[in-house]
Amino acid sequence: MRFDHEGGTTATRAAASGDTALAVQDVYVSFRTEDGTVQAVRGVSYELRRGEVLGIVGESGSGKSVTSLAVMGLLPRTARIDGSVRLGDDELLGLSERQLAHYRGQQLAMIFQDPMTSLNPVYSVGWQIAEAVSAHHDVSKAAAHARAVELLKIVGIPNADERANSYPHEFSGGMRQRAVIAIAMANSPEVIIADEPTTALDVTVQAQVLETLKTAREETGAAMILITHDLGIVAGQADRVLVMYAGRAVEVGTVEDIFYTPRMPYTLGLLGSLPRLDRAAQQRLTPITGVPPSLINMPPGCPFAPRCPMVEDICRVEEPVLRATTSPTHLAACHFSDRLAGVEPSDLFRPTTSDDVLPATVGAAVPLPGDSA
Amino acid sequence: MTVADVANASTPAPDTAPVLSVRNLVTHFPVRSRGLVRRVIGQVHAVCDVSFDIHSGETLGLVGESGCGKTTTSRAVLNLQPATSGKVFFDNVDITTLSNRGMRRLRREMQIVFQDPYASLDPRMSVHEIVAEPLKIHGLYGSGGRARVTELLRTVGLNAEHGNRYPHEFSGGQRQRIGIARALALEPRLLVLDEPVSALDVSIQAGVVNLLEEIQERLGLAYLFVAHDLSVVRHISDRIAVMYLGRIVEIAKTDDLFASPAHPYTQALISAIPIPDPLKERARQRVIITGDVPSPVDPPSGCRFRTRCPKFASLLRKDQQQRCIEEIPALVERGQGHPAACHYAEVVNVL
Repeated sequence: MRFDHEGGTTATRAAASGDTALAVQDVYVSFRTEDGTVQAVRGVSYELRRGEVLGIVGESGSGKSVTSLAVMGLLPRTARIDGSVRLGDDELLGLSERQLAHYRGQQLAMIFQDPMTSLNPVYSVGWQIAEAVSAHHDVSKAAAHARAVELLKIVGIPNADERANSYPHEFSGGMRQRAVIAIAMANSPEVIIADEPTTALDVTVQAQVLETLKTAREETGAAMILITHDLGIVAGQADRVLVMYAGRAVEVGTVEDIFYTPRMPYTLGLLGSLPRLDRAAQQRLTPITGVPPSLINMPPGCPFAPRCPMVEDICRVEEPVLRATTSPTHLAACHFSDRLAGVEPSDLFRPTTSDDVLPATVGAAVPLPGDSA
Repeated sequence: MTVADVANASTPAPDTAPVLSVRNLVTHFPVRSRGLVRRVIGQVHAVCDVSFDIHSGETLGLVGESGCGKTTTSRAVLNLQPATSGKVFFDNVDITTLSNRGMRRLRREMQIVFQDPYASLDPRMSVHEIVAEPLKIHGLYGSGGRARVTELLRTVGLNAEHGNRYPHEFSGGQRQRIGIARALALEPRLLVLDEPVSALDVSIQAGVVNLLEEIQERLGLAYLFVAHDLSVVRHISDRIAVMYLGRIVEIAKTDDLFASPAHPYTQALISAIPIPDPLKERARQRVIITGDVPSPVDPPSGCRFRTRCPKFASLLRKDQQQRCIEEIPALVERGQGHPAACHYAEVVNVL
């Protein structure tokens, strides 16, 4: 679509697109490699409503980060991207760097995992926040700096006046991540994408940064995509959850849907494999055996079939699509999702100690003596 | 704190002698100046006055945030990192004074599994060679060596055929199993597990945790389980020691620690960990502590946690605070059923 600068003011966008801040439609991302084409994302669609927090969970390699990088236009040129990403009324896919620069920071901000590498070591923290302010606003240097100090105060940096002149290496990990959050907040964006924002931090600092993220949402009213592998964080922060597996969304629903009535065996398996802090349960965990499929030359059928305890013939032939389950907004991609009503993880998965064997030796697995296969 | 205090208050009172006893372990690292003459200008107080026991068949969890000294403690226990002072008894032998030769013999009894399964296996050795290496080093490979390696691979849930493959052909979880097989090769009595599942995805992690539990039940090993993830530690440990800035601040049986955490840091740590249950998670009262861990080069006087302690900041009177500043709190029982290193220890339910 044509890039229309004049049409991009907040008022017109809100009026035209109603409730949806970001609409991702049928996004495919693939990379050519020497071994073949890696299908990293295979048709992901979701809508992010204004002011909501959408948690995206999945294991490493499930495509959760690649999807967001595609939204931000940050994938390398070698990536092939199809589909549509609409921010308000504006299509983002296919825009040039220059055109994207208008949206990035102003309407769409990103917080990365490692705050040490997302800040520039040779500029002071205050300078970097001020830069984000003046990139989209015609303000004086002094005003931008004042705004930077104000933002540092909001994210809870003590002595913000002085600390604005500090360099990233003088900050601790938690403070750096707060500074990155301040940069993301600088232009009151519509959407903030936080990609594993607390994974590099210690738990007590993680709790602080999650509070800061909450503050950032309250201050800016932004909707947020929270990408994480930690289901505990999603349980506490997200309104809705999208579970990804092998480049696809396999379950979408409210946070209660996903945690209390999951309708996809993979989600159930994830919940069952978590050791719980709030339970003294001395029973064994129920892991999902095997590993996610290679994203090169994916076999037909459901990508979870090789690891799924309730696999049937159809699962190996036909890949299930996302379908409504308990409610129109709770979708799951499983042929037999209705069979999962009232099923506990321990009903489906075995508390095994073994691991699935390598593909070449399937069938030759020797069970452990104590393993009830 | 006396040795007897620790032994009495924090062990499950078994009749047997502990496999491992650590007494007043201190490990400092020198900080040197720049330039030609690299004078020692300070000490990193990595581990200060740490004492604990582990019995056979028991798992002691050692938790804390990065830089709290938990890894240094685990290295010192194996004498991989010489202790500055203090003693480490393995079977009543003080290993801190042993020669390299004497240590080598003892290494058969104590093995370690490392955190990163990608870095801890030599990519140029086949799995068979990796698992056989400890046997060869100790002259135990002999004629039955091949069968022994096969048996070890089976024990950790892999196949004999996997022996001919190389580490890069395996997933993270399978690699960690190879690391465990290597550690089990010499039939050790103590296994130090340094963040063994932190690098793995949750669905894979559960299988390795189950494997470790089963191996322990079958072989009666003692585990020192070092991790930052309290959920995993709760699942696998019989007792837990919480470390902060080089000191153990609380040590208790696992269920006691979660039912009645007495040290403000333990309370903050438990309350900071998110629970994967939306209703519970949103209804929780959080103890959020401010700031970051101070530098271990110049740790705070008195109680090392006081600079971040919510109790110190808001609940204590000036004269009470003075005690935290001046006096190092001993790790003793103060009426909560287990030792906690806080002058004003008090149980708070944070779950």
